[in-house]
Amino acid sequence: MVELAARAEEPPEQRKPDLPPPTLAVGWLGWLRANLFSSPANTVLTLLALWLLYKTLPPLIDWLFISANWQEGTSRADCVKPGACWTMVRARFGQMMYGFYPAGERWRVNIGFLILFVGVAALLIERVPRKIWTGAFLFLVYPFIAYWLFHGGLGLTPVDTSLWGGLMLTLIIAVTGIAISLPVGVILALGRRSTMPVIRVVTIAFIEFVRGVPLITVLFMASVIFPLFLPEGMNFDKLLRALVGISLFSSAYMAEVIRGGLQAIPKGQFEGAMSLGLNYWKMNAFIVLPQALRICIPGIVNSFIGLFMDTNLVLIMGLIELLGIAQASTRDPNWLGLINTALAFVSLIYFAFCFGMSRYSQALERKLAKGRRR
Amino acid sequence: MATTVELRHELAAAPVPIWKNRTARALFYQIVVLALLAALTYFFVHNTAVNLTKRGIASGFGFLWNTAGFDIAFRLTDYTVTSTYAKALWTGLLNTLLVSGVGVILATVLGFVIGVARLSHNWLIAKLAAAYVDIVRNIPLLAQLIFWYFGVLTTLPGVRQSFDLLGLVFLNQRGLYSPAPILQPGFSLIPVALLVGALAAVLLARWARRRQELTGQPFPSIRAGLGLTLGLPLLVGLLFGFRMTWSVPALQGFNFAGGFHVPPEFMALLVGLSIHTAAFIAEIVRSGVQAVSLGQTEAGLALGLKRGIVTRKIVLPQALRVIVPPLTSQYLNLTKNSSLAVFIGYPEVVAVFAGTTLNQTGQAVECIALTMLIYLVISLLISFFMNWYNRHIALVER
Repeated sequence: MVELAARAEEPPEQRKPDLPPPTLAVGWLGWLRANLFSSPANTVLTLLALWLLYKTLPPLIDWLFISANWQEGTSRADCVKPGACWTMVRARFGQMMYGFYPAGERWRVNIGFLILFVGVAALLIERVPRKIWTGAFLFLVYPFIAYWLFHGGLGLTPVDTSLWGGLMLTLIIAVTGIAISLPVGVILALGRRSTMPVIRVVTIAFIEFVRGVPLITVLFMASVIFPLFLPEGMNFDKLLRALVGISLFSSAYMAEVIRGGLQAIPKGQFEGAMSLGLNYWKMNAFIVLPQALRICIPGIVNSFIGLFMDTNLVLIMGLIELLGIAQASTRDPNWLGLINTALAFVSLIYFAFCFGMSRYSQALERKLAKGRRR
Repeated sequence: MATTVELRHELAAAPVPIWKNRTARALFYQIVVLALLAALTYFFVHNTAVNLTKRGIASGFGFLWNTAGFDIAFRLTDYTVTSTYAKALWTGLLNTLLVSGVGVILATVLGFVIGVARLSHNWLIAKLAAAYVDIVRNIPLLAQLIFWYFGVLTTLPGVRQSFDLLGLVFLNQRGLYSPAPILQPGFSLIPVALLVGALAAVLLARWARRRQELTGQPFPSIRAGLGLTLGLPLLVGLLFGFRMTWSVPALQGFNFAGGFHVPPEFMALLVGLSIHTAAFIAEIVRSGVQAVSLGQTEAGLALGLKRGIVTRKIVLPQALRVIVPPLTSQYLNLTKNSSLAVFIGYPEVVAVFAGTTLNQTGQAVECIALTMLIYLVISLLISFFMNWYNRHIALVER
């Protein structure tokens, strides 16, 4: 203490400069010590993790890239190196993307999805104006354009839905599922909060029933029971049945997401709308839903991710989407036993889509939370 | 809302025409919905009946007592080819419950470990856990199951080149073989001792809690309870003999004989489901722990409690309140996802009943309805149990 006091009395220019911090506490060495080797237990954990990485990462990279086969070829015999056989993916790329869609007509699919991606991007990126018009176009006009492009007719060669497959089918099912489940989910969510007992009971029964059974059983039902439900001769398409099943399933989940959003709207908003003389539908359409849906965008994106990943279960109905076609390619005598290559490729595509969407929803969640935090 | 409406009614005062009366309109809408629903149901039921008679398919659940005539490779019951469809359904249901039950336990353990690892102060561990969660959550479960089954387990070496662990556990194409205990007469003493030990542990924990509440004296009731539960059977076993022998798997001809055999389908499903669900549970655990404010930890430390006690008695009980409700839905998801076993050939309830039985009998409506009913009941039971647990740990507010 005395020393300190004495030091304080010294004129500044005579004071000795401060000692630099110990080398081990700053810079990258300091970072390593603080974050990786702060205690004996942590050191052991770090070394264990490093050993695990050393054991898994180099072989994986080697398998995926270095000793993988990148050249073109026609059968498994062309894959001479021990790593992944991307040769198969190159040979089957068209099929994995479009299924059995005729090669000469695939440009239609490309244009269809291009319009969709541009529209969705315009909807999701904040800076692009006129969201209402874009949304209206996507929901009301685009389905007809897409149907015309994909299915043909009116000057385009008709392509039967049994030829659709691969990533194209995955996207069609997922996008249709979300587009139908969104409005149906809104109605179910409103029904669940309705004051009319019959409507409440019916919607609760539907939602809880669907959420209580696995998607596979719903698809089984779509594939074997839906045809029984209709009069003889009214045969309807396998793809349509799958779409109905998937839409019913995702509507129930969507309803719960939207109900969460509705519950977050303060009561004053409802009362304010009513005191302005708005009726039930106007109140919901202009006051409540715009706020509620904004809150649930992250939840909607998450349920879209779930739906996107669940689409591969339509395999049970004999619809061959991306995963199905990848698995089927490895059953081809030419490409027998390359399941890991096929799975790696498919997983990469799924990962790219889902990871992108989940990052978007996380960013949005952070942004929405910012306004609420003080 | 009601007050606003009442106010408006008072202001209006004048008689309201019936089509503007809220009650009348509500009644009208509900009747319309009911009528539509009834019409739709009638339409479907009528068509189904017509279609079924045309195809010559009998309806009703009588077929359940017919001979199934197909084999189920993995079973916990004494099911044989000559058993009934009802027995097949029961066998499939037990298989679903087995894989879901074991899967829930594994996924919970793994999920808690990964979730805590994501919050670790060790940078590398936290990043590894985050990478695990991101990778597993963004790849479809079906792709993972196909990977574990077709990519890993069925490409293992054949029977003669099995991986072995100390000559006791063997892993090959046909699954996992491990030693199994064979019980001898008089074994029942051990489970009885276990039960008595567990009961004593519960009583001890109660006593210790009361004593701590009265006097503040802590008692290591967890360690003592564990010692009682495990020690008593051990003591009984040492005194009177364990009365069981071990059957060790041994190579005989082209396959292993003896021991306990886990088929690759079960292993692939279990590993895939657990790893997938664990990633979701990890996120739930992380958000639960983060939901407990740092002030709680700091206050605990300021009171002079040890870090372990702070985690166990202050942070964890509060985090659990946030964790349990979403955990329930993960357990439900795992159970429902076990139906993906259809794709890798594990005979659970959907594969056995909505698959094989439906194909053989053609009684689609009954098969699908029963399968769905089973899942609904399982879902209901799990939610019931978890809601009970949730009430048990929920904050008791004054």
